[in-house]
Amino acid sequence: MDSITLRLPHTVERPAEATNYEPTTRISQPTVTGTSVVAFKYKDGIMMATDCLASYGSMARFRDETRMTAVGKTTLLGMSGDTADFQHMKHTLNNLLTQEYDMDDGQNLGTRSIYKYISNIMYGRRTKIDPLWNSYVIGGIDNGEKVLGFVDYYGTTYQSPTIATGFGAHLAQPILRKYVEGHEDEITEEDAIRILDDCMRVLYYRDCRTFNKLRRAKVTAAGVEISEPYALETNWNIAEYVRGYGPF
Amino acid sequence: MDFVGFQQELAHAPATERHTHNRWEPYVDNGGTSLAIAGADYVIVASDARQSNGYNINSRYDPKAFRLSNDAILATAGYAADAKRLVEVLEQNAQMYYHKHDRVMKASAMAQMLSNTLYGRRFFPYYVFPILAGLDNEGKGALYCYDPVGNMERVVYRSFGSASALVQPFLDSVVGFKNQRGVDPTRLLERDQALKIAVDAFTGATERDIHTGDWLDIFIVDRNGVTHEKRELKHD
Repeated sequence: MDSITLRLPHTVERPAEATNYEPTTRISQPTVTGTSVVAFKYKDGIMMATDCLASYGSMARFRDETRMTAVGKTTLLGMSGDTADFQHMKHTLNNLLTQEYDMDDGQNLGTRSIYKYISNIMYGRRTKIDPLWNSYVIGGIDNGEKVLGFVDYYGTTYQSPTIATGFGAHLAQPILRKYVEGHEDEITEEDAIRILDDCMRVLYYRDCRTFNKLRRAKVTAAGVEISEPYALETNWNIAEYVRGYGPF
Repeated sequence: MDFVGFQQELAHAPATERHTHNRWEPYVDNGGTSLAIAGADYVIVASDARQSNGYNINSRYDPKAFRLSNDAILATAGYAADAKRLVEVLEQNAQMYYHKHDRVMKASAMAQMLSNTLYGRRFFPYYVFPILAGLDNEGKGALYCYDPVGNMERVVYRSFGSASALVQPFLDSVVGFKNQRGVDPTRLLERDQALKIAVDAFTGATERDIHTGDWLDIFIVDRNGVTHEKRELKHD
């Protein structure tokens, strides 16, 4: 008996000659994005900075975004990449923290645990070829030890005394390595702030997706502290001497 | 262009274009090198600890050789995220084996399991080049090396990773005694010789390969268990 083909209105017809389709992929591209995160270990804990800009392509779209958030009591999360995916991550982490709170066992999720949790989400999503378009820097104090880790949309993870994402990996990381590497337990808060501001200033001068309004955050034994937005002092005097980037 | 038209054009496009166009690559190469040498009653495993991505150094100490609970060592190279997951999968299965059979998993059993684990992902491979090191049932040094889809071989010495093209020929000469007259090519090295060769291989590789350097993890497995030492390589 002949079979009957039902043609539904929404059916996308598969061309007969197309025998070999690619597997389904769900690839977004980032839309509203944040640029670098800069972070490092110092004497009392972890210091981190991001600016307050969320760009829409090259447009400075949202100029009062916060790209750092506290996760629990002793963990700080910094993000670069897609802001929507970051909000999704914050939502997921909030669910996790609520579950843990409901346990009511007096336990506090450590930085390492949260780092592992975020890493597993990121690796899981890349394995589904449906990545969250972010790089995350996770800093905190876990059992009295400073922890600073990174994870990106490949699920690539590493820990290091200095971490910088995006443009910061090219411009800030060398500065951080020069001042911080080998001195993680000696750098005072004052020095740490100076180093951080130096990095953010270089980024502001050279990265076109930055903005001179930024927040600084630290994690110490006392907990997480995210500063109010502030601006850096800049000097454009040499700008008029810069030559060689165009026809003149 | 409408969706169907786009699909049709895609179907007619040459295969290479379909692959390169509009597809996110789920892999990265994180560089780094691993090597292992087997002796009569020991194995030595050495891996550098630099993790890189292109010209960037991610971390100066991100170990890629792992001590497993059954005193076997898994040295890796390739894509770090897959390598770390592979170690977790392997370790979980080894733990299950232990609780199920009340017996620590032998290196030979783990070697086969690793091959199966890799082949289980034949069509979305773990992009990892593993070397598994342990002792065989007679107490001799046992090395198993793999390609990312589980092809397995027992060897006496092997190097994988970004500097393997430098290290492997060196090992062929000084460990395998290849292309030399008046030597016994089956001779196994003494432990101190093997350690010296492993360290020399990495100081050389660090000079010539930008993805290798910073720190060297060295594991030695023998009948007394595992020893680990961390040596410094150049940080440039």
